[in-house]
Amino acid sequence: MKRLEFRNVTKRFGTMTAVEGVSLAIADGEVVSLIGPSGCGKSTLLNMGSGLDPASSGEVLVDGELVTKPNKHVAFMLQKDLLLPWRTIVENVELGQEIQGVTKAERRQRARDLLVKCRLPDFIDHYPHQLSGGMRQRAALARTLAVDPTVLLMDEPFSALDAQTKMVLQQDLGRTLADTRKTALLITHDLVEAIAMSDRILVMSQRPGRIIEEIVVEIADRDSPMKRRQHPKVAGYIVQLMNLLQIEQAAA
Amino acid sequence: MSAASLLTMQPNVRKMVAGSALLFVLFLAFWQWGPGAFGIPEFIIPPASDVWKQFLRMVAKDHLLFHTGITAMQVGVGFVLGVLLGILCGFALGMSPSAEFVLSPYILALQIAPKVAFAPLFIIWFGYTVYPKILVCVLIVFFPVMINVLGAVRALDPDIVRLAKSFTANRLQVFWKIEFPAALPPLFAGLRIAATLAVIGVLVGELVGGNIGLGYLLSVGEGAGDTAAVFVTIILLTLIGIALYGIVVAIESRVLHYLPARARLAT
Repeated sequence: MKRLEFRNVTKRFGTMTAVEGVSLAIADGEVVSLIGPSGCGKSTLLNMGSGLDPASSGEVLVDGELVTKPNKHVAFMLQKDLLLPWRTIVENVELGQEIQGVTKAERRQRARDLLVKCRLPDFIDHYPHQLSGGMRQRAALARTLAVDPTVLLMDEPFSALDAQTKMVLQQDLGRTLADTRKTALLITHDLVEAIAMSDRILVMSQRPGRIIEEIVVEIADRDSPMKRRQHPKVAGYIVQLMNLLQIEQAAA
Repeated sequence: MSAASLLTMQPNVRKMVAGSALLFVLFLAFWQWGPGAFGIPEFIIPPASDVWKQFLRMVAKDHLLFHTGITAMQVGVGFVLGVLLGILCGFALGMSPSAEFVLSPYILALQIAPKVAFAPLFIIWFGYTVYPKILVCVLIVFFPVMINVLGAVRALDPDIVRLAKSFTANRLQVFWKIEFPAALPPLFAGLRIAATLAVIGVLVGELVGGNIGLGYLLSVGEGAGDTAAVFVTIILLTLIGIALYGIVVAIESRVLHYLPARARLAT
């Protein structure tokens, strides 16, 4: 079953075409990475998926339904944690459910459970400025999961973190996505992250962004990016991606 | 902050309080005996004790507390109205860039115009009542509040609003859960400025016309060459301003308690 589907989607801003004729489909429980050069319209795709921006032409569907405005089945997570400084961590995690009208007791319970799961039990009543970057991004993940979305759209969620923290958070996310069988579209610049986290990798071209290649990652343990990183096949995928993205030519 | 660092800070705080009290005593002593020592006559700078005596005399004979109360009332009413108006316009203009574009020349002109110059005009309009004084106060308080709220709405990260919208927030929810709380820190910075200006607005109105309020007593003192009376009114006006500022700071520290200590101003 297709959870998220783009059918021949084009997005123009004035005379500039950001993405052109993009078609993709993500099945239930699948994690797909989107990788491509800067400014190729990856984030534009994600905004259309979340219903914040309409497509200029083509269709975006979630669970077979046309997306025209934000809906409860899709949640997004950005590089910035976007935690509200005036709310405690648990109140931040509750934000989505609060907007959607879930009762206070119910959403508080869910937020607490998620914070325990995201390994932040001691910071429930802290304010965002009291947390490190990695902890803040964990809280942002908890906030995303709190509304129990079927599809997660993530735009470079870990790119602002240091290398070690990033690996730990990738591991957390990988396990969580597998445990809860969430469907996810992950935008990233990090080749290893794409290989370690996803079932498939879609490679985009320069602007106007099109999907030029699909790579199926045939490594076991998708629920453990840490294990996957150490797999000997990773190097081969990196070479393949480097060629597609013409990274060596850019350096020459 | 950990308990240990609180403990180590306390003697420091005690020292600072003691230093501040000592400075106040020195200031009073200098005021009492300094002018005499430098040969400055009492009608130029009356010593502290004379000003105190004059204060007691004015309380007994000139209804000083009544006049102080009138001025304080006008400051309070003018401040609250000006602040509410400033908040309202700040959000309205902040959310509607086209409205701001159309109105900005007028806003700028009104902001640059010296607000106290409107006092005579308002007195012509409303007579020797409390209204012109309150109106000058409203006008003078309005701008720093509006500008700060407007700036805060503009500075808000649009991705935060998009996040709320992606959770299916409606316009009202975006306002109450995101825009309004996000505007509070700059709003309070504006309120601090407004609190210091509010007294000026009322005072100028009172100086221009009327027979009540500290401004009236000030011009009477001036006419009589009563320096001590002028000192008394200046001090009381300052105290009204300090009280208002103190209230703003007290509310701020409750509302903005979430800010890290270093981001908050101490006074």
